[in-house]
Amino acid sequence: MNIHIPTPLRSFTSGAETVAVKGGTVAEVFKNLTTQYPELQQQLFSTDGKLRSFVNVYLNDEDLRYLPEKEATSVATTDELTIIPSIAGGACRTGEGASRKDSSCCSCCPLL
Amino acid sequence: MLHIHYKDYDALRAHGEETYPHECCGVLLGKSTPEGNRVQQIVRAGNTRTDSAHNRYNIAPQELIKIQRQARGLGLDIVGFYHSHPDHPAQWSPTDFAEAHWIGCSYVITAVEKGKAAITNSFLLTGTNEEDKKFEDEPIEIDVVEYVSQQKGQA
Repeated sequence: MNIHIPTPLRSFTSGAETVAVKGGTVAEVFKNLTTQYPELQQQLFSTDGKLRSFVNVYLNDEDLRYLPEKEATSVATTDELTIIPSIAGGACRTGEGASRKDSSCCSCCPLL
Repeated sequence: MLHIHYKDYDALRAHGEETYPHECCGVLLGKSTPEGNRVQQIVRAGNTRTDSAHNRYNIAPQELIKIQRQARGLGLDIVGFYHSHPDHPAQWSPTDFAEAHWIGCSYVITAVEKGKAAITNSFLLTGTNEEDKKFEDEPIEIDVVEYVSQQKGQA
């Protein structure tokens, strides 16, 4: 099956945007992917072997987290896996209910 | 160095004004070159943080996947992201840093003061992993000449 690699991880796949990896389940595909490209292991998984929290994985258009069998989900060669790190942020860490002039907001807040 | 056409630069700043007092967000499509990330198109995205949109943003992964597909179809890559800081400096916050995972990408922040776009800065996320990543100030080169010549061509 094809796995789409996001921009920041392509340095670990020799620049490949899409890689073809064999496997009967998502877990097998990931095992073969990290065997083929060992540096991806640390990028995608924490030391306990779980997908890092900011790494989103979609099997076709389905979020892997919400599939009943998760990593044990069977895959076909025509399926596509997309790895997409999350993108988020914002002006203040202490946002919810906090004053914009909260001094613990962030490093630039004392400027306000 | 981040290279961007004036029309795109202007559009991302206008996006911040439109969503004020909420944060806007979007994706920069283009190519990474030895001279830096070169933006060829910007794509607006929805901010899913409706609970705290004045100081938070989040792009839904499903939308990000669609944008990535769009980029692939155009022969482009995701080279960065932009968002606004309503009534807040155009500097990355601890939240921006903690939530930044696209190493090698540019993170553009526009301060929007009382509804008007003010300073726009870019920060390049460098490093090799989550443990050694850092934001570096990234100069922005705005391609005005090409924009002007395109305008003349349309006249």
